[in-house]
Amino acid sequence: MRVIIPSSLRSYTGGEGEVEASGSTVAELIVELDRRYPGLRFRVIDEQDALRPHIRVSVNCEIVADLSIALKPDDEVALIQAYSGG
Amino acid sequence: MKRSPTKSNRAGTPAVLIATRKGAFILKGDANRRSWKLSEPIFLGHMVHHMVQDPRDPKVILIAARTGHLGPTIFRSTNSGKTWSEAQKPPAFHKVPEGQKGRVVDHVFWLTPGHASEPGVWLAGTSPHGLFRTEDGGKTWNGVEGFNENPERPNWCGGDPTPDGPKTHSINIDPRDKDHIYMGFSSGGVMETKDGGKSWRHLIKGLDVVGGFDGTDPRVHDPHCVRMHPQMPDRLYQQNHCGIYRLDRPAERWIRIGRNMPKQIGDIGFPMVLHPRDPDAVWVFPMDGTEVWPRTSPGGKPAVYATKDAGNSWKRLDGGLPKANAWFTVKRQAMTADSLDPVGLYFGATHGEVWGSRDEGKKWGCLAKHLPHIYAVEIASL
Repeated sequence: MRVIIPSSLRSYTGGEGEVEASGSTVAELIVELDRRYPGLRFRVIDEQDALRPHIRVSVNCEIVADLSIALKPDDEVALIQAYSGG
Repeated sequence: MKRSPTKSNRAGTPAVLIATRKGAFILKGDANRRSWKLSEPIFLGHMVHHMVQDPRDPKVILIAARTGHLGPTIFRSTNSGKTWSEAQKPPAFHKVPEGQKGRVVDHVFWLTPGHASEPGVWLAGTSPHGLFRTEDGGKTWNGVEGFNENPERPNWCGGDPTPDGPKTHSINIDPRDKDHIYMGFSSGGVMETKDGGKSWRHLIKGLDVVGGFDGTDPRVHDPHCVRMHPQMPDRLYQQNHCGIYRLDRPAERWIRIGRNMPKQIGDIGFPMVLHPRDPDAVWVFPMDGTEVWPRTSPGGKPAVYATKDAGNSWKRLDGGLPKANAWFTVKRQAMTADSLDPVGLYFGATHGEVWGSRDEGKKWGCLAKHLPHIYAVEIASL
């Protein structure tokens, strides 16, 4: 599936703003991204497996809070930096 | 006290490692400390809380960073800051079972290179309170279980939510004994371990606390900066939320040497710097701790105060600093000294200026300006 990477994480993806990756859930997708781009997961998910306070995930343009939500191969997932001031 | 023979500032020329809210910078001086050149930003936009050189391997520099969005991590350079790589396993607390509330490292606040006998070992203090250790130069970090997981830990520290979170700081390793460590906790007081972090005890006798609190409760103590003299490790100094103190071990009771400061200045502040060779010489940067705690230079007149007699008397040092209308704030990690003779002093202020003195504080000059909010400055040799 297509995954949109925010500018703050492109140092991990070699500058790529979009990558193809797979996972049956959002959580699994992020694990897969971390396997390919080591270090990425901990920047967006904390040690208690929760999303960082200023990170959001959207699936097909809908913000999701539950990382166990199922994904389909043709979904589009975006990791998003929430607007959080200067 | 007589000074030990002069030491050089390691190899190379002095450099000030500057950690700011919007990235890091290296301010490199010439051998005479007369001209300074500022680097390009390093990790521009990252909140860099500390940037420290390894005295055991001076090409190694660690940076503690996070961004407004992304979680905390540590970056490591092995070539004096030319290139950087990220920790494979940054400091993180254990995951707790489902249904329980676990701790999350918000930011790594403090970095201390380990004992000279343990190359590659560093300690890191975090917010919320946590102590982490690496044995591979910063690539992988693990919690010091005797502190982080100690069932007594909630009774030791963390009761007072200081601005921007509770902080574990001032990690001082005894040069005579790698397992003997002092640390500061805001809040939580000063603690000591003699077994490398397995067990801990408080050193809070003699310290004042804010009126209305019980001074026997370590959770209400707030040491802003604790320093151990490298050549006289039984001597500790402390700039506390409630004054300036000295402790000469094995004594257990701190002495409030800040009582000897001018009354109109007071003895409130954040940073504290020790002379590298003279255990009686200390510099502080007082701040306004009256009424609502502005944390600015008293009266808008920035000054460093120095003692050369272990705190029995203090002298104002403001040559070259603005004489009025200058409301500097200098944070606890934002003042440092080199080891040259005479000693060079450096501080960074939250309005983005770095000031330096080549003569132990008698005369000051602005070395860099227009930087972001400065969190920390540390001396290095590059």
